[in-house]
Amino acid sequence: MNKIIHLLKLVWTILSKPAVHLSLGFLTISGFIAGVIFWGGFNTAMELTNTEEFCTSCHEMRDNPFMELQTTIHYSNRSGVRAICSDCHVPHNWTDKIARKMQASKEVWGKIFGTIDTREKFEGHRLQLAQNEWTRLKANDSLECRNCHQFDSMDFTRQSKRAAKQHSSALANGEKTCIDCHKGIAHKLPNMEGVREGTSPH
Amino acid sequence: MKNTLMNNVATLFATAALAVSSVMLPSIASATDAVIDNAPQVSTLRGVAPLNAEVTPPIIEKVENNDLKRQRDYPQQPPTIPHDISKYQLDKNFNKCMDCHSRKLADEAQAPAVSVTHYMNRDGEFLGEVSPRRYFCTQCHVHQLEGEPLVENTFTDVDELIKQSIARDKK
Repeated sequence: MNKIIHLLKLVWTILSKPAVHLSLGFLTISGFIAGVIFWGGFNTAMELTNTEEFCTSCHEMRDNPFMELQTTIHYSNRSGVRAICSDCHVPHNWTDKIARKMQASKEVWGKIFGTIDTREKFEGHRLQLAQNEWTRLKANDSLECRNCHQFDSMDFTRQSKRAAKQHSSALANGEKTCIDCHKGIAHKLPNMEGVREGTSPH
Repeated sequence: MKNTLMNNVATLFATAALAVSSVMLPSIASATDAVIDNAPQVSTLRGVAPLNAEVTPPIIEKVENNDLKRQRDYPQQPPTIPHDISKYQLDKNFNKCMDCHSRKLADEAQAPAVSVTHYMNRDGEFLGEVSPRRYFCTQCHVHQLEGEPLVENTFTDVDELIKQSIARDKK
């Protein structure tokens, strides 16, 4: 204990003394440059974990959700605009993004201990995994959907009758949010017994 | 050694046969074309193109999506689906159709709830949920394309048949 206190005191004396040999200008400028490099490096590394290559570098993601995504309109469509994993699963706003990245440490744990490392285990966790995402999107009013799908730019006259009716009523008055109806649009749905009555066999 | 020799001879014969057939082939092909030309024009989606020709597939017609009920051609006909069902999940986990057409959810979507016959098993007993034999909707119910029919339809409605038979009786 004494040793630790001694060490802390030593560090404090070094830090609290003014520099003897280095100029203030040098310290300021080099501090600034080091800061820029650190900040840039930090964000670049974080952006790297947002790429599709990174997500699909693990077989759990490549063989399950990524395979399912490829048959949906969010991967293949007439105009060629598509979403990658992070577009929907990572908030774009910086603070929210950091919060999500910290939560993702749980996913590192899952990867190390093989929580979903077989198809059977993945199927077993499918409902729970889906519910995590539904809860998140419900709580943030489908923010990740709305990053691309702007309500104000929706032309109801170009939508089908049923879509226009729902969007102009329930969505417009805030009673419902995107995820309430659009579940399972990018990945297959789990057995919904107990979640949505009458849609899944017992 | 003998085996190898036999093999060589066999190969030689096979090559000769191939050479002869390739010379003969054009005439065979044209004969087949003639047969196909006589056949009804909608033999397959490929049309009348010869087997070795690549055909440009027809443009996929738009799916009827007007939400308007079609008349049934005969009383037992499963109603057609008047909307797009592409990318609907219909597997052992989830039935997207029932997301609107189930008894519990039909009011929310204002969709017709599936009739009670779908809850019947083969012994005529009513189950609490859709019978497994009626679970896969698209076995009977199909969506429609906004295309022209490929062949003329000579189907006669049962009402028309009844009328005809009454007219015959009167004579």
